[in-house]
Amino acid sequence: MSAIQIKIRKALLLAATAVAIGAVTGCHKKDSGIDTSALAPAPAASAAAPTASITADPLAIDQGQSVVLNWRTQNATSVTIDGIGPVNNNGTQTVTPTNSTNFHLTAKGDGGSTEANVRVTVRVPVAPTAPSSNISETDMGSEAAFHQNVQDIFFDYDSYDVRPDAASSVSQAASYLTSHPAIKVVIGGYCDDRGSAEYNLALGENRANAARTALVNAGVPASRLRVISYGKEKQFCTEENESCWQQNRRAQFSLDR
Amino acid sequence: MQYAHRRSLGALLVLLLCTASSLFAQDTFKTETSSGVANIRIAVPDFKQLAADPQAANFKHVFDTTLFNDLTNAAIFDIVSKSLLPQSVPGGPSEISVAQWAAAPTSAAMVAFGAFNLQGDKLVINGFLFDAKNTQFPQVLAKQYTDAASEDAARQIAHRFADEIIFRLSGGSQGIAESKIYYVKIGGGNKEIWAMDYDGANQHAVTHLGTISLSPRISPDNTRVAFSSLGRDGFQIRMFSLVLNRMVNFPAVGGTNLSPTWNPNGHEIAFSSSRSGDPEIWAADANGSGSRRITSFRGPDVSPVFNPRTGAQLAWISGRTGLPQLYIMDADGSAVQRLTDTGYATSPSWSPNGQFITFAWDRKYGPGAPGGQDIYVIEVAPGPGGAHRWIQLTHDGGRCDFPSWSPDGRHIVYANSPDGRAEHTRIMTVLADGTQKHELTGAGADMPNWSWK
Repeated sequence: MSAIQIKIRKALLLAATAVAIGAVTGCHKKDSGIDTSALAPAPAASAAAPTASITADPLAIDQGQSVVLNWRTQNATSVTIDGIGPVNNNGTQTVTPTNSTNFHLTAKGDGGSTEANVRVTVRVPVAPTAPSSNISETDMGSEAAFHQNVQDIFFDYDSYDVRPDAASSVSQAASYLTSHPAIKVVIGGYCDDRGSAEYNLALGENRANAARTALVNAGVPASRLRVISYGKEKQFCTEENESCWQQNRRAQFSLDR
Repeated sequence: MQYAHRRSLGALLVLLLCTASSLFAQDTFKTETSSGVANIRIAVPDFKQLAADPQAANFKHVFDTTLFNDLTNAAIFDIVSKSLLPQSVPGGPSEISVAQWAAAPTSAAMVAFGAFNLQGDKLVINGFLFDAKNTQFPQVLAKQYTDAASEDAARQIAHRFADEIIFRLSGGSQGIAESKIYYVKIGGGNKEIWAMDYDGANQHAVTHLGTISLSPRISPDNTRVAFSSLGRDGFQIRMFSLVLNRMVNFPAVGGTNLSPTWNPNGHEIAFSSSRSGDPEIWAADANGSGSRRITSFRGPDVSPVFNPRTGAQLAWISGRTGLPQLYIMDADGSAVQRLTDTGYATSPSWSPNGQFITFAWDRKYGPGAPGGQDIYVIEVAPGPGGAHRWIQLTHDGGRCDFPSWSPDGRHIVYANSPDGRAEHTRIMTVLADGTQKHELTGAGADMPNWSWK
């Protein structure tokens, strides 16, 4: 249950970041779609390559709200949007996605085909928290602020010692948790997918406990910290290489709601 | 044909073993499989069908195939190829002339035969085992089985008859044809506990918990399955009653609790628990009460398994010195001995006679080391010079883990992933000397545990 929530939170955070990046680059794409080479006649007599752009307004909605998709294409003979089907070359449509969705537009013309994407983030409602002042007994802070300040701790292979390079993130996490006394934390212990499932669960337990001990030593009351080992049962990254294994060998912090 | 093929394979293996043993001085001891007398040559003709019903023919086919496979899998027989059998199909003692079966080319020492009948909605099967060399009193065994007519019943009766034959001809060791294998089924992001017959037939779900359940361990009396399951507070020991067909209470405690094992007395389990912070081996009564700590040493301690012959010792995996190694100790935590000296060792299973432990071992584990995780058998008693001798059962077949010994000590079931990916893991069996590997399941099955009987 909580593991799923952690995943959703993680996905949301990633999606929010993606939208933020998309907002910057997206504008640029739209401009270029309207005024530059796309409008200019094709350089040769042969069929011009199609161009396409798609935007969504707003880019992020709450569950149940609608979003307006707006797309423009040039030199296209057929235009389709995944999940919607064939559409006019230029158009708008109101959609109500239930999950965060990538709207993927494919424009095909005599000169080839091109694609355009827009991602709509759907905020899944979370349990309401009490109205917050800046620092109060009930302020859980935002999910994003939590993950910004309380960062995962990574471990060497087959080790559960907190590395020296994690010291700064531990102290940052401890000070954030001290200034937000309402926050309770689940510490998940994770391992890469090598080795045995049973041994990795024990190792994950030791990793999560090492992270817990580091936070307790930095002044966070132990009663606010809960430890769960997931061993290698919940892989964050599934490729067989060291950078991926390193991402899996971690103690991950989540809000314990 | 098949016989000749097996013979040449056997010769090849002997050759390989000789070569291997000159390379590794370790590979010298014998498991039960390779010891004892030459295999008994047995003829197993299809049973005589008494009812004309076409459905009976289907059931009989299942029965004949299962019986033939069970006797083959027992690995104590030379089974006469069906092309060498006499033309007549005997259904009972009055219809067989044993001299015909003892003569070349059949040259059988034993004949397992009988009659298969469908009476109304009941299967009635008469099975006989005759000593072909004893013309005066050839009958060794005569059995009648009756059950509701179904494919599963035909299969189960074949298992029972096979076990009777094996018991008579193996010098008293129990057959495994009626044994079960409990395992983890991977699917849809969850892992549930499943069970199947020892030959991979009859695969079916035991739990429907919608979470991740691991490490099923069947009780010695086949009434309960202990396992570990992910809940809100992490992994906890859970218990499923096969008698009541539902979960039964097992108290939750703090920390991660996993990898249960049954004491052969059926009244006690041991498991890994981190309720005190560090994962240690604990024991408790089978209902979860009276828990007590056995190990206390910094580092992960997991995967305990009782010596099934005595119940007085535990083998387990400890990371107290770094990478996980195989240890044994007395059940009270004293007399700790380390059996492996290198690599990454996991998942022990103790042989029924107490002499051997099979486990998964990556002898060259480490960053950048191209080591493979394979199944090994190690001798519990130290060999000459004090080192524990071992043999390697799997080679270059991908990642292997979770070996579990069959009740007759001849077979080992284990999990194998040819490409190392968890979702491609399947369950295989192998004889305890490393020969005759075959698959029992397709991809998506892990952590097998062979029942005690």
